[in-house]
Amino acid sequence: MRFGRAEVLHRVSLDVNADELVVVLGPTGAGKTTLLRTIAGLQTPHEGRVLLGGADVTGSSPAARDVAIVFQDFSLYPNWTVRANLEFPLRAPGHALRLAEINNRVEWAAGILKITHLLDRKSQKLSGGEMQRVAIGRAIVRRPRVFLMDEPLTNLDAKLREALRLELVCLRRELKTPMLFVTHDQVEALSMGDRVVVLSEGRILQTGTPEDIYRRPASPVVARQIGQPAINLLNVRREDGRWKTSGGVAVAEARESHPAEKAIIGVRPEDVACTGGEHPAAVRVVEAIGPAKVLLADWAGCEIHVLAPATMAVQPGDRIFPRANPDRIVVWNCE
Amino acid sequence: MSFLELQQLKKVFPDGTEAVKGIDLHAEAGEFVVLLGPSGCGKTTTLRMIAGLEMPTSGRIAIAGRNVTMLRPSERDVGFVFQFYALYPHLSVAQNIGFPLEAAGVRRAERDERVRAVARSMGLLPLLECYPRQLSGGDQQRVSLARAVVRHPAIFLMDEPLGTLDADQRLEMREFIRGRQQEMKVTTIYVTHDQEEAMSLADRIVVMQGGTICQAGPAAEVYDDPASLFVANFVGSPGMNFIPGHVRAHGGRCVFMPDRAQTPIPLKASIAPGPATLGIRPEFLHASPQGPISGTVVMNEYQGSFRSIHIDAGFTGTIAMRAGESSRLQPGQKIRLDLDAAHARFFDTQSGRRIGHAI
Repeated sequence: MRFGRAEVLHRVSLDVNADELVVVLGPTGAGKTTLLRTIAGLQTPHEGRVLLGGADVTGSSPAARDVAIVFQDFSLYPNWTVRANLEFPLRAPGHALRLAEINNRVEWAAGILKITHLLDRKSQKLSGGEMQRVAIGRAIVRRPRVFLMDEPLTNLDAKLREALRLELVCLRRELKTPMLFVTHDQVEALSMGDRVVVLSEGRILQTGTPEDIYRRPASPVVARQIGQPAINLLNVRREDGRWKTSGGVAVAEARESHPAEKAIIGVRPEDVACTGGEHPAAVRVVEAIGPAKVLLADWAGCEIHVLAPATMAVQPGDRIFPRANPDRIVVWNCE
Repeated sequence: MSFLELQQLKKVFPDGTEAVKGIDLHAEAGEFVVLLGPSGCGKTTTLRMIAGLEMPTSGRIAIAGRNVTMLRPSERDVGFVFQFYALYPHLSVAQNIGFPLEAAGVRRAERDERVRAVARSMGLLPLLECYPRQLSGGDQQRVSLARAVVRHPAIFLMDEPLGTLDADQRLEMREFIRGRQQEMKVTTIYVTHDQEEAMSLADRIVVMQGGTICQAGPAAEVYDDPASLFVANFVGSPGMNFIPGHVRAHGGRCVFMPDRAQTPIPLKASIAPGPATLGIRPEFLHASPQGPISGTVVMNEYQGSFRSIHIDAGFTGTIAMRAGESSRLQPGQKIRLDLDAAHARFFDTQSGRRIGHAI
């Protein structure tokens, strides 16, 4: 998929199965929106095909594809009531529905999204969360074959995002309609996806279940995209059968299956214990995040994040003896 | 005398909206204070009044003992960082950073030196000759921060500066902002709707809602000892769970009887009998075959290092329980829960206020 002179998507191939929520995760500029718009028919690919239900729809108009999109900025008609916004897709040409059926669908969608009490309100008078619910309602009234969601929760307050996340997943499960959900937020990817596709600079880096991507990231780049606080990445070299950092800290045993002399080790903050290690680390920052504490520590020249229990008494300046859980580390070759 | 003092600060807009309803707030020198609350709570209006971008309807603002209530922004010695960077597109990074100095009449030689010094400390030296359109969002926000820093103002005011950044850039910038602020020890007032951001950045969090302050205190205090249902739910992700019911005396001890449940929950503290709402955070709930709360699993949300299990226990909304990442609880499964009573908090069901809270 080329956009002017820049190749925005490079031979991206992906499948979404019938009863599945697939999350496409990537930073701004990765090509996620282009991908979604191509599937919807709002853009034509330079190469490749889009298949829906086995049929090649690459040349079809958006309306003919029977997909519904929800955008980041809601895109409601501000002067219309909620009801009028919800009815609109059902009155469009190609959707010959009787009035009674249109009403049924609108009431049904409003009920599911808990916006029945807003049906007669003008959409410009709604809060952000309410507007997004109407946008989702507008997508579901059509009972499309596929839902495409372009960062629909990004413009909402953090608390609302949490609540709508849960609702969207439950809703999709009830409707049994496949959904492709695009986001830069790894919390959404982990909690919502049946499968996650990690996209970066127009290329798919890895596809798998949230657990696959979290536990077995294919590369340091993928590993950094998912998990909060971010994974610790350590440059190590093989010495006496162990992987050691440049500061001399032995992080883990070097297995025979890794013949290289140098590697990058990834270990998540929750997989680093505060005691049991050989080499001390000086705690620089302690962040209380509620159910846990995040420590930033200097481990012989390497900065690492460690997740500690909320009850642990620790202050900047204290020493800990970090130990990486050997069953949880990931070892990659250096490029 | 605090470094920043707001006394009975009020703002009523021409259309009658009471955005800020007479608040008292103070910040000590070098303190990082976060104004936290949902859209429309008055946090940005409060910040803008401190900056001088908005005139208060009544009340007083003092910075370092000086009454600045009626002074123009340029007379207040504040550095403002906006959500949308607000960089001049036709000026280079160096010129953007130096702009406030130029406006203040600082000579070129000194200006260049100060710009380079700030740029060096922020890792912006390689970008000095670039233009904003060539930079990533994160770098643009760094430049915006540098521009606020270069004048060494008495106070930093930041209005959701990380809102437009991607989630991973936000984490990096958060650590960066905190690091710089701790080094420079400049009093900072920071506005956000993101409670996680507030928890990680603040020396003190000020929770606002509907134009008033609900609670102000260190992050741990606001988290462990919320003053109201609103604070308890807003802080923490997911927020505190609420179970409405009644406190009863039961053979010399107190028990809590949830509405619509059969089993009473024994309490360690003594609370006056009557209607109450029990609040308990997700990490203090656990599955237990004999537990007093029964329900059905609605969702098992994977979060990498842990899972959030959402349970329908017959109350309004679901109960969220924090479980290990290996938990295989499935939607539809029946479950019984018990709670760590020492962490239970009680609230007046009508007013939402915390029962037995010091404030």
